[in-house]
Amino acid sequence: MMLHSALAIAAVAVSSTAVATFPRSVLAFLAFQGAVLFVYLARVSRWLRVGLLGLALLVLMPLIGAYNGYYLEVATQVGIFVALALGLNIVVGLAGLLDLGYVAFFAVGAYAWAIPGSPQGNEIFGGGFPLPPSMFYLFLLVGLLVAAGAGILLGLPVLRLHGDYLAIVTLGFGEVIRVLANNLDKPINFTNGPKGITPIGRPPAPFGLPYGEYFYFLVLLIVAVVIVVNRRLEDSHIGRAWEAIREDEVAAQAMGVPLVRAKLLAFACGASFAGVMGVVFSAKQLFINPESFTFLESIGVLSMVILGGMGSIPGAVLGAMAVTVLNLQVLKGFSLWLNELKNAGVTILGFNLADLPTQFEPAKYERMIFGIILVLMMIFRPQGILPARRRQRELR
Amino acid sequence: MDLPLLLGILPQVLLDGLILGFMYALIALGYTMVYGVLEFINFAHSEIFIVGAFVGVEIMLGLKGAGMLDRLPWPLVLVLVLLAGMAASGLLAVTVERVAYRPLRHAPRLIPLISAIGISFFLQDAIRLFESLWRNAFNLVYPTMDVLNVRFELTQTIDVSVKSLVVIVAALAMLGVLHVLVNRTKIGTAIRAVAEDQAAASLMGINVNRIISLTFLIGGAMGGAAGVLFGVQYGLINPYTGFIPGLKAFTAAVLGGIGNIPGAMLGGLVLGLLEALAASYLSLLTGGAFGAEYKDIFAFSVLIVILIFRPKGLLGEVIRGRA
Repeated sequence: MMLHSALAIAAVAVSSTAVATFPRSVLAFLAFQGAVLFVYLARVSRWLRVGLLGLALLVLMPLIGAYNGYYLEVATQVGIFVALALGLNIVVGLAGLLDLGYVAFFAVGAYAWAIPGSPQGNEIFGGGFPLPPSMFYLFLLVGLLVAAGAGILLGLPVLRLHGDYLAIVTLGFGEVIRVLANNLDKPINFTNGPKGITPIGRPPAPFGLPYGEYFYFLVLLIVAVVIVVNRRLEDSHIGRAWEAIREDEVAAQAMGVPLVRAKLLAFACGASFAGVMGVVFSAKQLFINPESFTFLESIGVLSMVILGGMGSIPGAVLGAMAVTVLNLQVLKGFSLWLNELKNAGVTILGFNLADLPTQFEPAKYERMIFGIILVLMMIFRPQGILPARRRQRELR
Repeated sequence: MDLPLLLGILPQVLLDGLILGFMYALIALGYTMVYGVLEFINFAHSEIFIVGAFVGVEIMLGLKGAGMLDRLPWPLVLVLVLLAGMAASGLLAVTVERVAYRPLRHAPRLIPLISAIGISFFLQDAIRLFESLWRNAFNLVYPTMDVLNVRFELTQTIDVSVKSLVVIVAALAMLGVLHVLVNRTKIGTAIRAVAEDQAAASLMGINVNRIISLTFLIGGAMGGAAGVLFGVQYGLINPYTGFIPGLKAFTAAVLGGIGNIPGAMLGGLVLGLLEALAASYLSLLTGGAFGAEYKDIFAFSVLIVILIFRPKGLLGEVIRGRA
C-alpha cells in the first residue's frame, strides 16, 4: 500500500513533468495517461486516489490542453468512449445479451439534438428552429429518454431470442438505423441523408471557458456520473438479476427474476448512456452524418468491453482508453513516424524504408489491428485484462 | 396505380430475385453447415465469400493480361475460375477454423463469435492491403466477356442474360452435388453424425476434427463459388462488399432454420425474391417516397418478424437429426 501510494504520486509527477517538458511528444502524453490509469487501479487509500485523480483530471489535463489542444480532444474522445463502453458493459457484460448494433443508440441521441438544435428542424416542423442553445441541457435528458425508448423498442421483439440470434438481430437493427439516417431525406427531410446536419447548436460555455475545455469538463462530469451509476447498479437488486440471467436464464426465472423486465431494463440502461453521449457528441462536433455510426463503431465499443473484461467497470474504462488511444495516437503516431523515417531515407537491416510502398500506412488498417486483438484476446485471455471477480471464477 | 405496368415487370423481377436468391442460398450453406456442426455463427464467412470473388477477378484479369480471356472457350474459363475460387475459399475457411476457432471449441458461446468477428475484420483489411500492394487499387471490376452479356428475349418484357443463366445453372449444380454428398455418401453420414453427437461420433471411429475441417472446406468452397458468381453477375467488388451479402445470407439461413440444409436453400430463395420485389415495387407503390434503398431494412424486418412468430425459422432448426 505504501509502495503503491509512492509509485502513484511519482507516476503522476514524473509524467506530467514529462508532458510539460515535451508538449509535442506522444510518448510523454501516453505516460501521463498511463499514470492516470495506474492511480485509478493501484491499491492506494481512497482519499489519495480521489485527490490524485482530481489533480490530474481537473487541473493538469486542462493545463496540458492549453499547450496542445489535440490532447484535450483525445481526452474528450476517451471520455465519450468510456461512457459508451460502460453502457454496453451493462448489456453485454452484466446481462449477457450480445448487442452488435450498440452505436445505433448513440446515433439516436446524436440526431435527437442535431435536428432541433440546427436549422434542420425547420424542414420537419416548419419554423422556429434552431432552438436556443441553452436547450442543450434539456436535450441531454431528451436524448437519454429517446435512446432508452429505442432500447426498449429493440428489446421487445427480441426478448425470446438467445445468443447468436439476438446478436444478428441487434446487428440488423444497427444497420436499419444507419440506413434510415442515410435515406430519410425524403419524402420528408428528417436527417438530411448522407450530407449530414450542420451547424449544430452549442450551449454557451460558462465562465468564458474555451469550447475544448468546456466539452472536456462536461464529458468528465458525465463519465463520473455514469461510473457511479454503474457501481451502484452492479451490486443492486437489478444488477444481480442481470448477472443471474447471464449465468442461467432458466434458473434465474425459477428464482423469481422477472426476465422480461430485467432484460428490457438492461437494454434501456445501456442505451441511455449512449443517448446522452450522442447529444454531447453532436454538439461537440457541430456536424454529424451517418458515417459516424457504422458497424465498425459498434465493434469498436464491443472490443473495448471485451479487451477490458466483460462485466468489469475498471475493465471497460481501461478498454475504452486503450482502444481510443490506439486509434487516435498510436496508429497515427506510428504512421507519421514511419513517414518521417521514410523521408529521411533510414535503412533498417539493409532495407531502405524509402522503398516501403506508400500503401502501407498503419492508420488505414485499424480494422486489421482490431481483428488481431480480438482473436488473440479470445484465444489467450477471454476474460479480458481486468476481469470482474465473479466472471473470473465462472470462466475458469 | 398502373396495374398492367406492375404486373408486366413481375416476371423480370421474379427472375432477378431468383438469381439473387441462389446467390444467398450458396452463401447461406456455409453458415448453416458450420452451425449444424459447431453451433456457432461463422461471422468470417462473408469474407471467405469475398475472397473467392477476389481470386476469381485476379485470375480473369491475369488471363486478360495474357490475352487469353477471349481465346479460351468461355465455359472453360468459368469452370477454371469457379474451381480456383472454391479452392481458395475452402482452404481459407479450413485455416481460419484451425487458427481461430479450434482453440475455443469448449469456451462459452460468445467467445468464438467474437473471435470470428476479429477474423472477419482482419481479412477485410488483409485483402485491402494485398490488393493495394499488388494492383494499387482495391475496388476491382470483373473483366467483361461479350458472350456473357448476350441477352435472350423470352417475351417482350422478360429477357435473361447468359451470365444469369450461368449463375442459376452453377448454383443448381452445386446444390445438387452438396445434397448427394451430405445424404448419400459416407462422408455425408459422418458429417451428420458429428452434428448429432460429437462424442458418440468419435466413439464410432469418426475423426471429429477432420470432419469439422471438412465441413469448413465444403461450406467455404460453396461461399467461394458464390463469390465468383457474384463477381460475374454484378461486376464491381471491394474488400468490404462481402459484409452485406454475408449478413443477408445469414438472415436467409436463420429464415429457413439454421443448421438445416434445405432450409438454407429455401431461405435464400425466399429472401432473394422478397428483396427483388421490395427493390422494384416499394418505389412504385409508395409513389417514389421510399425507394430501393430500403430493401435492406425490408430484409431485416422480415427476419425480425419471422423470428417473432417462428423463432426456429421456417423449416425449423435441425441440429439433431440431419446436418
